Amino acid sequence: MSFDLGFTTDQTTITDLFNSFFSNESRPEVARAAEPLGFDADLWQKTLALGVAGMAVPEANGGGGASLSDAVIVAEAVGAALAPVPIVEHMVAARTHPITDLVEGAALGTIALTPAADGRWSFVPAGAVADIVIGVDGGDIVAVRSTAPGVAPRNHACQPLAHRSSRDGDRTVIGDASSFERVVAEWKTLTASTLVGIAQRSLDMGVQYVKERHQFGVPVGSFQAVQHGLADIPGLIDGSRILAHKAAWASQPDVAQTIEPEFNEYTDFSVVASMAFLFAGEAAVHATDRSLHFHGGYGFSEEYDIQMYYRRARGWRLIAGDPRNEYVALADKMFGDN
Amino acid sequence: MDFTLSPEAIAYRNLVRSIIADTVTDEAIEDIHRTGTFDLPALNFALAKHGLLERAVPGMGKGDPIELWILFNELEKAGAPYDGIAVSLMIAGVINAVGTDQQKHRIIPSIVSGEAGVCMGYSEPDYGSDVASIVTRAVQDGDQWVINGAKMWTTMAHVAKWLILLTRTDTDLPKHRGLTMFILPMDTPGITVKPVHTMASEHTNATWYDDVCVGDEAVLGEVNGGWRTMTVALAFERGVMGGTNQGVPLLTHFAKWVKQVGLASDPAVKVELAKAAIDMHVSTLLTQRAAWIAASGGLPGLEGSMAKLFATEAYQREVHSFQNVAAQPGLLGFHEDGAAAEGFIDYDARHSPVTTIYGGTSEIQRNNIAERHLGLPRNR
Repeated sequence: MSFDLGFTTDQTTITDLFNSFFSNESRPEVARAAEPLGFDADLWQKTLALGVAGMAVPEANGGGGASLSDAVIVAEAVGAALAPVPIVEHMVAARTHPITDLVEGAALGTIALTPAADGRWSFVPAGAVADIVIGVDGGDIVAVRSTAPGVAPRNHACQPLAHRSSRDGDRTVIGDASSFERVVAEWKTLTASTLVGIAQRSLDMGVQYVKERHQFGVPVGSFQAVQHGLADIPGLIDGSRILAHKAAWASQPDVAQTIEPEFNEYTDFSVVASMAFLFAGEAAVHATDRSLHFHGGYGFSEEYDIQMYYRRARGWRLIAGDPRNEYVALADKMFGDN
Repeated sequence: MDFTLSPEAIAYRNLVRSIIADTVTDEAIEDIHRTGTFDLPALNFALAKHGLLERAVPGMGKGDPIELWILFNELEKAGAPYDGIAVSLMIAGVINAVGTDQQKHRIIPSIVSGEAGVCMGYSEPDYGSDVASIVTRAVQDGDQWVINGAKMWTTMAHVAKWLILLTRTDTDLPKHRGLTMFILPMDTPGITVKPVHTMASEHTNATWYDDVCVGDEAVLGEVNGGWRTMTVALAFERGVMGGTNQGVPLLTHFAKWVKQVGLASDPAVKVELAKAAIDMHVSTLLTQRAAWIAASGGLPGLEGSMAKLFATEAYQREVHSFQNVAAQPGLLGFHEDGAAAEGFIDYDARHSPVTTIYGGTSEIQRNNIAERHLGLPRNR
């Protein structure tokens, strides 16, 4: 027996713990009430009480020592619940810069996905609420502590986005810009997983709806046109989930990093993370599109939850920029920069 | 999840790769495309010589399903012909699961030695996806069974030694319950084979059965238990034994060609390359999952459906995308001067349509997923 595509006992425990936590504490009305900012301070405090802040930071740095694979599981639960808390961003920030404030959660951290231009990071995820932003400015990775604006421009995905200064505030150089790709790969891996959570919950809601909704005297879900529109989605979701977990596995130091398109073999962390992010993004867009459509007119109404999933599926993947650039960068890694 | 291949699995994969390198030569590939018979005896014998065919019989316990996945995955990626051995090994697995001792001793060794192939007589001119409605009759006459009817898509019938044949033995029972499977030599009197040529150069066949007489030794599984025998075969086939990574050789040829002609720097081309590569990798991961479930003692019928559905539709998307990029040079066939990707775009554009049809159409896979995975009402 070679590989193992199942979860460890610990991971099953993490799955159950977070799903049950979010189903109690982050019901859809919580995500709805947190709009348009997309952040719930009370829920964040409750999340911190679970030990999430430093969970995926090595024990040597005072963290919980959980792996990126474990964090992937948490991220899927966040996506499934649309939990209005920046767990993914904070986890990546704390792993990158494991200072006490971030590991313990006294300060909320995030990362800027694109380098600063003229001292400003644009569209920083969780930038509206983060105390510390980590990103590239020139040739350095810097961590800047400054006052969070607390408000975000109203946006499609209800993301607490903000532009943040890379110069003003308590600024610390923490590394060389060349090592930031790995940080972004961690964010892509975890965000891929939140998109898996969005896609899975959207599919589940759509299936539930078409079983209950009757037209022409029968459940809508008994029509083959509807069934087939939904039947494509499980493969997309499962493929995305396996890719996200493969990226987390590939991030381990003992995994040889390979890129072999002719053998269809990839174990390079940044390549697999990029694949996971792009594929899960498409899967979430497709799953929410189908699920909303099969809700009929109700799917379009604010009262139903599927529209919240629909908007976030699009927004959470576009925060990283034009996906075509991501495809181009990926092709350059796979086939050489031409 | 742990994606590490064990040292034994890596050694096995390297052995498969070296056998492919030795036997699947450019000349062999050319010959196969010319004849339309996607079977290569030199490859089969070399695999047999190293014991790999015997190890690959599903369910026989010599090798695990991970090996089976690696074998077919490597064959597919290399563009090696595997249609013949895929069916033969699958049927060897069925014989092992439901056959008599005599059938096991008589037939399995001939398959795993690479000498004998098996062809499948399931579909009929009037019954394809609705295979449980087939009308080829087997009637008991003393200690003989007399078979009459016709089958379609009996690929490899012109070279195979054995035939597995689905027949109707009881017309009074509900359609799934009156079927019986037979396994018989292709040289049994009364069998006629005529070629059916396809747009992908692949040579398949139509076959006729006129008073074909066999004894009880040819009944595979229970009389009127043919549907169960079918389901055993399908569970082996879906997802693990090929058909889920056919776009990889095209990706390799195409990536090489765009570099040669200076298209590789075009960002729009890079986007298409990356999308195809991701789809190919997801296809293999879904297949890998089906193999892992089988290796863990499960029956990955549903996961195999997901892998087959996604992989074949992705293969068609890839071909469509590369055809658009290559434009006129992509229309040119093998050996034509200036042909894009050495003529493989033309070939894969001719071949890919069949992949969402055979082995259970995309619609059959979607029915399966909708009913068994999503729990939606059965509507037929």
